[in-house]
Amino acid sequence: MAATITRTVDARGSFCPGPLMELIRAIKESEVGDTIAVWSADKGSKVDIPKWIEKAGHTLVGVESKDGYDEIIVTKAR
Amino acid sequence: MKHVVVLGGGVGGTLAANLIARKLKRAIARGEAKVTVVDGTGEHAYQPGYMYIAMGNERPERLHRPERSLLDGNVELLVETIERIDPATSLVTMASGAKVHFDQLVIATGCRILPGEIKDFETEAYHFYTPGASARLRKALDAFKGGKIVIGIAGIPYKCPPAPLEVAFLIEAELRARGLRDSTQLTFLSPINRAFTIESVSDMATPIFAEKGIELQLLAGVDSIDAERKVVITDAMEEYPYDLLICVPPHKGVQAMIDSGLAPKSGWLPTDRHTLQVKHLVPANTPDAEVPRYPNIHALGDATDLPLSKAGSTAHFEAPIVAERVSSLVMGREPEGKDARYTGKVMCFFEVGDGKGTLLQFDYEHPPRPPKPNQLWHLGKMVFNKTYWHTVPRGRV
Repeated sequence: MAATITRTVDARGSFCPGPLMELIRAIKESEVGDTIAVWSADKGSKVDIPKWIEKAGHTLVGVESKDGYDEIIVTKAR
Repeated sequence: MKHVVVLGGGVGGTLAANLIARKLKRAIARGEAKVTVVDGTGEHAYQPGYMYIAMGNERPERLHRPERSLLDGNVELLVETIERIDPATSLVTMASGAKVHFDQLVIATGCRILPGEIKDFETEAYHFYTPGASARLRKALDAFKGGKIVIGIAGIPYKCPPAPLEVAFLIEAELRARGLRDSTQLTFLSPINRAFTIESVSDMATPIFAEKGIELQLLAGVDSIDAERKVVITDAMEEYPYDLLICVPPHKGVQAMIDSGLAPKSGWLPTDRHTLQVKHLVPANTPDAEVPRYPNIHALGDATDLPLSKAGSTAHFEAPIVAERVSSLVMGREPEGKDARYTGKVMCFFEVGDGKGTLLQFDYEHPPRPPKPNQLWHLGKMVFNKTYWHTVPRGRV
């Protein structure tokens, strides 16, 4: 079952490491179990954000290429 | 009478005001134009020198001069703290209640450091972003007898991106000279997935961490400090114990920009990357071409949201563009020549310790290709620091 997105962080137009920093801020403000979608047009985000998610012990739900940007979905696990 | 008001007497504001006054010399003589710098202190600080107070070879009194002494005779100086800008009425309101009308506004208000945003930062962590903080770090280094030093960064962007790396390299060299290197574990926490935001600089710096035996941790932005246990906690919830913690404090743009509705909560002014005009605040997904620009408000230096180093060098190379565009608007002509558009040019030195440095030179289209660190670039930085007062603010380089 697909996770219900609690919050979307639109970081398009923000360069590396902007989208990662935006996600970290959103995670901090969220509750455990919340699912956050980050939209990033920066190609580095697809690599850096999943690495940070793994390091931080959260759950990567998916990475999807959209029209000119990537959507990275994460569930706050702790 | 057209009034050009420049907010801020740092590198960007001072140089822009002097260049504008030069370009409008005749209009000013005829009483058709006036240039005013508004600054909260009336003192000009050479902030890149602060780090060297901590490194033991700079004195605070050499890093400040009266702003008036650096301004062109045709520039007026108003020592006031700005409180609010109203683009609709073209008025700047000061904390004193005074109001100043502008025809052209240049925002060069720099940024703020906010150590208080992290609990116990001010008692547990050391930094080098004010003369006082840098002197406190020097004392801590003098008292250091070995143990764990952690160097971290609490949020991006921050002023002078190479500075924490330089501090790590310079401290490592100092500890070696003092015979404390073997009894010290040095750890550098990078908030991103490499040592430095710009890939080519990161590629240059990463082997230096290895050569110097400094442990480099990636994706480890400083989130909080547990003062009792003496551990720093990253935004990925990892813990690093420290005996001496050196940390870049959180940074934001100035509050007046947020209060004026010109900047989001971060305080960074949305700015056109080529014209340096301030853009209206709009939702993040609005295509850039559709975002309205304020025709008579420009910004430069640390105050902007441009994806460039927050450094005096950026302001230095942006000022001629602001001066050309603002003076052309006052004179009713099109901006012309090489200064009509900003290309993202930045040039700065990067210390690697042991009397060596390198040079970072780049623009929007060309990433830096730093030369192999050598003594020449270190000496270049020393000479630049000493001659700054006679060159940059006056537009001589």
